[in-house]
Amino acid sequence: MNLEQQFQARIDQEIKVEPRDWMPEEYRQMNIRQIAQHAHSEIVGMLPEGNWITRAPSLRRKVALLAKVQDEGGHGLYLYSAAETLGISREELIDQLHEGKAKYSSIFNYPALTWADIGAIGWLVDGAAIMNQVSLTRTSYGPYARAMVRICKEESFHQRQGYEILLTLCRGTQEQKAMAQDSLNRWWWPALMMFGPNDDQSTHTEKSMNWKLKRKKNDELRQQFVDVTVPQAEYLGITVPDPDLKWNEERGHYDFGEINWDEFWQVVKGNGPCNKKRMNDRIKAHEEGAWVREAAMAYAEKRQQRKLQQAS
Amino acid sequence: MNHQESLYHFALQMGDNALILGQRLSEWCGHGPVLEQDIAITNIALDHVGQARSWLQYAAELEGKGRTEDDLAFLRPEFEYRNVLLVEQPNTDWAYTIVRSFLFDTFNYFHHVELTQSTDPGVAAIAEKSLKEITYHLRYSSEWMIRLGDGTELSHDKMQQALDDLWMFSGELTAMTSLETSLAAAGLAPDLSGIKPLYDGRIAAVIQEATLEVPSGAYMQTGGKEGRHTEYMGFILAEMQSLQRQMPGLKW
Repeated sequence: MNLEQQFQARIDQEIKVEPRDWMPEEYRQMNIRQIAQHAHSEIVGMLPEGNWITRAPSLRRKVALLAKVQDEGGHGLYLYSAAETLGISREELIDQLHEGKAKYSSIFNYPALTWADIGAIGWLVDGAAIMNQVSLTRTSYGPYARAMVRICKEESFHQRQGYEILLTLCRGTQEQKAMAQDSLNRWWWPALMMFGPNDDQSTHTEKSMNWKLKRKKNDELRQQFVDVTVPQAEYLGITVPDPDLKWNEERGHYDFGEINWDEFWQVVKGNGPCNKKRMNDRIKAHEEGAWVREAAMAYAEKRQQRKLQQAS
Repeated sequence: MNHQESLYHFALQMGDNALILGQRLSEWCGHGPVLEQDIAITNIALDHVGQARSWLQYAAELEGKGRTEDDLAFLRPEFEYRNVLLVEQPNTDWAYTIVRSFLFDTFNYFHHVELTQSTDPGVAAIAEKSLKEITYHLRYSSEWMIRLGDGTELSHDKMQQALDDLWMFSGELTAMTSLETSLAAAGLAPDLSGIKPLYDGRIAAVIQEATLEVPSGAYMQTGGKEGRHTEYMGFILAEMQSLQRQMPGLKW
């Protein structure tokens, strides 16, 4: 067996790939791409929700939202670390994001317009992310799989929290319930798009599956999400905005309508309502923070010098 | 004013300081200069809002009119807010944010050390619970004062500028109001004249280590503790209270 065959054999036996193991260059690059995309999504994802921290309607909600967005930052941090084990620096990854060379989840290019959106993001966006991430706790690259275990625990807490925000609104006044319905109307389809193109359109699926970078296909995860989420919407008493949505007894799954793929690709290409704003916000924070990072480095070096002087 | 009423106003003052600074710091979330500090400053904002809840819950209990922490946070008009002017000043940049926190944290630390000795068990308990967090806040902001003051020429200048500009809002921290004088007389809260030398000493020491200079201007602004605020306050409340004002009396 050559190196590549040995590598595949280990993957087939569910042995995790670790940073120092030999791996095909393409495997390394695909992993970097996937982990970085995930890390960037956490960081960009802080923006739409962060937008509501200063306006949270109660102190309890404000504290919970702060803690949640802080968690997202923490996820970003250990995902960047996981990517770094593959031989790329966080600075390089962030530059790729700012130069438009790296992607992040398109869902964050939609705006958070009302307080109900904070509920919908937790329930639907984190809910969809969990579907994908739970399957990734079994991904073949060790550091990524372990990061996923920890992230999934926190994400499911976020999801319950989001659902509870909507439940409170749906048990409230007509106006509050209308706010919840409006948020479901706007977030439902983008949430379904989070699983990516249909399998026959997805370019990376086959290789990803063989190397167990990906454990489940896009359409399978999407179906799983619809099946779990529709009864939750019914419990809230709000309507999923899809006239074709229907339980299919024979399949044992919900049938649902066609996703607007034109919109999906437009948003991926940069034409969503917030693509420019999100990237500008990230770049602005990075540029305005440059003097702080430089000063911190300069100070650390000075301290090191002083220590050496004292020692000699 | 009886003790109960005085304590109510004091709890509001403490809660408002924590809430408004927490509100300001939370504006950084997602926009920090580097990811680690974004997380750290958000965590500190979280501590402040958490402490605000303890104080405002206690205030509501002392008032005894059935109001809640949220009624106090979201439905009071600006002139009933008792926070010091310093905490409502804008973030501006990382330098102003650190200087503002450093001045406040230094006072807050010595104040809380004394408050743990309050003859009122409610005040003492909240102070005790908050002190560990506040000790960390002071360490964090002091370290950043030194790091940036003694970092690059640019960071040094930015820090000195921020210190000069915010300095006039620092005197209010240790200036006693009539409320604080009467609380001190009853042993419910410390005499701030006892805290002032500790505060001044620590501030001077950190500023020196940061290779910065203590600003020379001595004229200090006051009024926040009595409900007279700067122009920034109205915007903070307009934003923070917006949902509760639009749809009052609902559960969220």
